[in-house]
Amino acid sequence: MTEAAHTAHHEPVEDTSTGLNNRKLLMWAFLASDVMFFGAFIATYLVYRNKNLEGPYPNQVLDIPVTSVSTFVLLMSSLAMVLALDGIRRNKKATGRFWILSTAALGSVFLGFQVFEFNEFVHLGLTPQTNLFGTTFYILTGLHGTHVTIGVIWLLFMALVVSPTPKERWGLVLAVAGFYATMLSVLAGIFTGGDSSLAVISTLVGYPAMLLLIFGIVGIFGGVTILAQTGHGDQTSHQALDLEIAGLYWHFVDIVWIVIFTVIYLISAADGMPPGGVPFDLPAKH
Amino acid sequence: MTTGTITIPRIVPRPKGYSGIWSWVGTVDHKRIGTLYFFTSIFWFLTGGLEALLMRLQLAQPESELISPEVYNQLFTMHGTVMVFLVVMPLSAAFFNWLIPLQIGARDVAFPRLNAFSYWVFLFGSILLNVSWLVGDAPNGGWFGYAPNSGSLYNPSDGMTFWVLALGVLGVASIAAGLNFIVTIINLRAPGMSMFRLPVFTWMTMVTSVLIVLALPVLAVAGIQLQTDRLFGTNFYNPVAGGDPVLWQHMFWLFGHPEVYILILPAMGIVSEILPVFSRKPLFGYEFVVFAGIVIGFMGWFVWSHHMFTVGLGPAANSAFAVSTMAIAIPTGVKVFNWLGTAWGGSIRFTTPMLFALGFIAMFTIGGLSGVMHASAPSDAQQQDTYFVVAHFHYVLFGGAMLGIFGGIYMWWPKIFGWKLKEGLGKVVFWLMFIGFNLTFFPMHWIGMDGMPRRISTYPSDMGWNGSNMAATVGAFIIALSILMWVINVYLSWRRQEAAGDDPWDGRTLEWSIPSPPPHYNFAEIPVVENRDDFWFKKHPELVAEYEGHHGPRGSPEGAQVDDDEEYEDDLEFADEEDAHGVHAEHDGDDSHGDEHGHGGIHLPDMSYYPMILAAGIALAMGGLLSEYWVIGIGGGLITWGLLGWSFEPVND
Repeated sequence: MTEAAHTAHHEPVEDTSTGLNNRKLLMWAFLASDVMFFGAFIATYLVYRNKNLEGPYPNQVLDIPVTSVSTFVLLMSSLAMVLALDGIRRNKKATGRFWILSTAALGSVFLGFQVFEFNEFVHLGLTPQTNLFGTTFYILTGLHGTHVTIGVIWLLFMALVVSPTPKERWGLVLAVAGFYATMLSVLAGIFTGGDSSLAVISTLVGYPAMLLLIFGIVGIFGGVTILAQTGHGDQTSHQALDLEIAGLYWHFVDIVWIVIFTVIYLISAADGMPPGGVPFDLPAKH
Repeated sequence: MTTGTITIPRIVPRPKGYSGIWSWVGTVDHKRIGTLYFFTSIFWFLTGGLEALLMRLQLAQPESELISPEVYNQLFTMHGTVMVFLVVMPLSAAFFNWLIPLQIGARDVAFPRLNAFSYWVFLFGSILLNVSWLVGDAPNGGWFGYAPNSGSLYNPSDGMTFWVLALGVLGVASIAAGLNFIVTIINLRAPGMSMFRLPVFTWMTMVTSVLIVLALPVLAVAGIQLQTDRLFGTNFYNPVAGGDPVLWQHMFWLFGHPEVYILILPAMGIVSEILPVFSRKPLFGYEFVVFAGIVIGFMGWFVWSHHMFTVGLGPAANSAFAVSTMAIAIPTGVKVFNWLGTAWGGSIRFTTPMLFALGFIAMFTIGGLSGVMHASAPSDAQQQDTYFVVAHFHYVLFGGAMLGIFGGIYMWWPKIFGWKLKEGLGKVVFWLMFIGFNLTFFPMHWIGMDGMPRRISTYPSDMGWNGSNMAATVGAFIIALSILMWVINVYLSWRRQEAAGDDPWDGRTLEWSIPSPPPHYNFAEIPVVENRDDFWFKKHPELVAEYEGHHGPRGSPEGAQVDDDEEYEDDLEFADEEDAHGVHAEHDGDDSHGDEHGHGGIHLPDMSYYPMILAAGIALAMGGLLSEYWVIGIGGGLITWGLLGWSFEPVND
């Protein structure tokens, strides 16, 4: 491998049979595997479309405008991801890290929308146990949300890899711990409450979950703030490659969302009560 | 990587050295991982065999009350699940691990730690599955777990929950291993080892890995659906809410039929390696065998509904799947004829591996023929759920996959362990297994045709099935005897070890060119491949002309050394310049250039405990869903620790 290859802006030629990096190939193969994973869930959703025996029905809960906003946010995170990779490739560390954190932030906003939406639907009487729509909707979008969550954690790590200093290490630990804490408190709410609005969390799970949530939010913001104060370490072509692989994953998760958004929202948002269904009245708004 | 400045607290010391138990726990060496896979799955093979023997004891006589119907349900469920997921798949994985890097001329797999992770996940997943026996709630819904019969409404005990959770864990292991071998085979080939010079076993591993990576997620999805139904009350397969039992069948068999090829293709690869060696001829029609394997792997996706002919999918669907099922017999037949063509006119040595390979061809052909009978939907309607089906799939999975694997065990044992399994006793093992197998499963053809249903714990005495069932039970015990003889064979050969030498069989592929057992770095120098069956033609250069056209695309017939980068690149489909330069340096006899290709630059991945910690965390977290939520917490902690530790392991490049 020549010196020129190291310093060039594109990644070096790999010493493999195909010249492709092993890890990049692994990620592509994994994504193929994940296609089958989401494909099977989306197929299940389509098979069960319009098969609900009781409500709430999709047209009573789905809100295309709200989810369009979160879809837009997620798609913009792909743009941020591209800009991050571009920054790292051009050796602009601060730019690169800004966009990495932006990607993670946009992903988190998307997750926030999802939590809001789940809350809203539970409030309207749709839980994973209610009917086939609830079951297929929550598990499919929930697993997609899990993928986004993994991506956000990964990106927070990538932000560290870009240039570690002792201070930033703490920032990262804080951000990751905060992220976990937030997730835990939300999970605690869902598991114990069903109706997982914040008030319910505090009454059902008590103060520990509230404290966890507060710590989580403070941790995320504190950690990201520390991380956002740029450092100037050195960098190698590995970082661009690492980020590119994370990017493959991130873009894939976005593309899956485009399919999910199309199938669940755009195609079936108007689905009402199928023949033989039991009419359902939404509860009055609080 | 700039993560060098990060230090995380190290709770356990780094594993070092190549001896002692911790060297096995921390190993990332593909040969050791293969050995771990091998002995673990042999243990489960004995367990699954014991379950089969208990069932045969119950069925030996009509109206027997030896085993209650409830326990019988658990036995056939666990026998099927264990034999598929804990025996044939991991035994194939043992051969992948042992052989693939050696056959392609690599020092290890592409991701050694991921490889160790696959093994540990498999181990903990297999333990999770079998813990169900210890708590008295073994799975009882069949290896196919048809919902809603396997749902909590009709099956409230914990057995099927163990089953879905364990299959989820095992799926992670299989997918990780599949991804690893895809990358290894595509990217780690020695210079000159173009895709169409790969040994057939390597090719079949490649096809199998692709199938694993694409099929296991479908099972995972079905498993997650059943699991959330059972644990959290969702409605995927809840008939009260409109859940569709046929959806489960589609999901399961969309996984399940590619799975059949996942089980048989590695054994086909093993047989394709054994036959040429002991016929002293190159494999007949290499390209056809390889393409037949690829076509089987592809068409295997379009035949799943032949498991569902009696569901009532309608004549159009049934006809389509009948046609595709009959069509998949064609590439399979191509392989059989190519194997026969390989042996034809060869100077055959009837060694133990060869006997197993020939037994494979005969038994697999019988199983294949009864398979074609099932392909006809009206005929299948008569055979569904009878012992005829049991006979069919044991002829392909025992007579096929297991005979092939045993052939592989006898073939590569001397390479892996450095000493041979004694031939005399080996032949006894083969004949006992062959006779016992046929005595067990051949009578099932006619009692199945006569209507004896499978999965039923007993039968009345006036059906005329008594003699056949007794014969089958006797046969099963002869199989057990053959396994016992195999264990004795291993023990005696181990006690009086007979050094095997590097190349005891006059082998053809690269693994025979290095010492037995292989040093942990495999190849002191990465070989340069010029022919298909490169090692054999290097040993017998006079044969190159005779078999011209048999040694791969545009091979150099004179066995000439590669002395020109350009010619070299022509030979390679995927080679990049980097490789060609490395080769050039090596060809000049320059060992001191210090890059990865020479003695000086061998670096191997460091050992690591983290794959095991991560794997234990995954299995614990899954098991926690069945017991207490704090167990999930411990599992989650281990997962976090394993992932963090793994991330900060030294990077070896």
